[in-house]
Amino acid sequence: MTVPISPRHDETFVLNLGPQHPATHGVLRVKLTMDGEYIVKAEPVLGYIHRMHEKMAEAGTFAQFMPNTARMDYLHALAFNHGWALVVEKAAGIEVPPRAEYIRVITVELNRIHSHLLWWAANLLDLGAFTPLLYAFDDREQVIDLLERVTGSRLTYSYMRFGGVLNDIDEDFIAGTRAFLVRLRERMPVFYHDLVTSNIIFIKRVKDIGIITPEMCRRYGVTGPVARGSGINYDVRKDEPYSVYPHFDFDVPVFHECDSMARYMVRVQEMEQSMRIIEQALDALPDGPIMAKVPKMLKPEAGYYYSAVETARGLLGHRLVCNGDKNPYKLKLRSPTFSNLSLFGEVTQGMLLADALAFLGSLDLVIPEIDR
Amino acid sequence: MERYEKTRSALSPLFPSGHESEAVGTEESEADSSPQQRLPGVVVTEYSRTGSHLDVVCLPDQLMAVAGVLEDEGFFLESIAGVDWLEQGQLEIIYDFNLLGGDQCRVMVRTFVDRSEPVVPTLTGIFPAADWHERETFDFYGLHFQGHPDLTRILLPEDADYHPLLKDFMP
Repeated sequence: MTVPISPRHDETFVLNLGPQHPATHGVLRVKLTMDGEYIVKAEPVLGYIHRMHEKMAEAGTFAQFMPNTARMDYLHALAFNHGWALVVEKAAGIEVPPRAEYIRVITVELNRIHSHLLWWAANLLDLGAFTPLLYAFDDREQVIDLLERVTGSRLTYSYMRFGGVLNDIDEDFIAGTRAFLVRLRERMPVFYHDLVTSNIIFIKRVKDIGIITPEMCRRYGVTGPVARGSGINYDVRKDEPYSVYPHFDFDVPVFHECDSMARYMVRVQEMEQSMRIIEQALDALPDGPIMAKVPKMLKPEAGYYYSAVETARGLLGHRLVCNGDKNPYKLKLRSPTFSNLSLFGEVTQGMLLADALAFLGSLDLVIPEIDR
Repeated sequence: MERYEKTRSALSPLFPSGHESEAVGTEESEADSSPQQRLPGVVVTEYSRTGSHLDVVCLPDQLMAVAGVLEDEGFFLESIAGVDWLEQGQLEIIYDFNLLGGDQCRVMVRTFVDRSEPVVPTLTGIFPAADWHERETFDFYGLHFQGHPDLTRILLPEDADYHPLLKDFMP
């Protein structure tokens, strides 16, 4: 007996995506109200890896919080190191020697390349392409080895200190980094662009998917490659210069298509810009100390301090309130993907589920950084 | 004219007595960044030292008007932070506003409420970004954002009965 099935559009069901789902890259859960294959409403549910880093900051001294910073955005941990070091140095009035700032920029940019490589691989994996992951991980491994040499860790770095960095870089690191740049530039056109960027299957999956208008970026406080894929020329390294970034000549890739493809292009081109920064920094690396003379116990003046850095995912802000004591009175971490993800519900309305996953990948989420 | 001066003049009609508090700010520059509560008004802060250009202190009732002016000026809401001043018996809410490119201008808007009655108006009607940030502040401090469409816990478990960033919270 067969019963004819007619589609009914007044009937919706709830689909639970995550918290354990390969496409969410971590423990993100999305509660989806579906009408067939189409999303009626999407509500991200956060907090599965919430660790209350802000309370830990208040409980310890300024220096004791440094290892925590790397455990939020584990893919661009050095930028989180950098942001925390900068805000405390601002509060305590510490001058950092130029060599230390150059080393910071070199390592942060290497880390940014690593983060974008991993995003590239994981995003394509979401779309069903397995091979690119093998190429990207091969390159990523080189960066991790280089960073392990100077920082002692492979992923969760605690390399920066207030007033400088832990270890100096040596000739081997410099030679290795230069060799890596040559290697990535050779491989980029073949393994990245020929294989993926111009691949029709890939383009069909991401073009015109997940439109984020510039106005939407402003209303939701979206920053980083997501905003730059929507035609917003905003990069903290250029617009609110910190560290020694003003010394370097680099471009900010901006695309106006507002779709997932535009965000892809921004990140791929940012790798080249990071390579340019590293090259210039290596060429102009000044001699001198890598640490300033800093008292063992910091007690910054009471007051309100803010410092912003550009991580691979956007603007990371530290709002620090001091009361003259040896530990932070209050630290608020403004993580970029927390704001970037908040527009997910609005963008995915009426979207096909498969497209929503392609869109989710293009946001480049790191869940511990959202949940903190 | 620098962008922060333009923003300051746009905000100053909201604070009729603002000029007096501004005079206080310039006389005692130390008072600018002290965590003590001061009279409502707009004060220019030294960016290289504090990381923000303007420090706006307002009453909770003025919050919507301040946010409305900043929305018209093209700002985006960067973050919302709570601060528990246990000794003073007050909760402070810090809103950070910033510009997406072009000029540099970060505006810190602060407001104070009694710990016994932690209620402020929601900004979700002006900035959708406020939605999650306010839920987070509610989660950590128990601050009630009046008019928020869905003021539920966001990072802590939904059945939690505590607000861990309050200074008198004992796990």
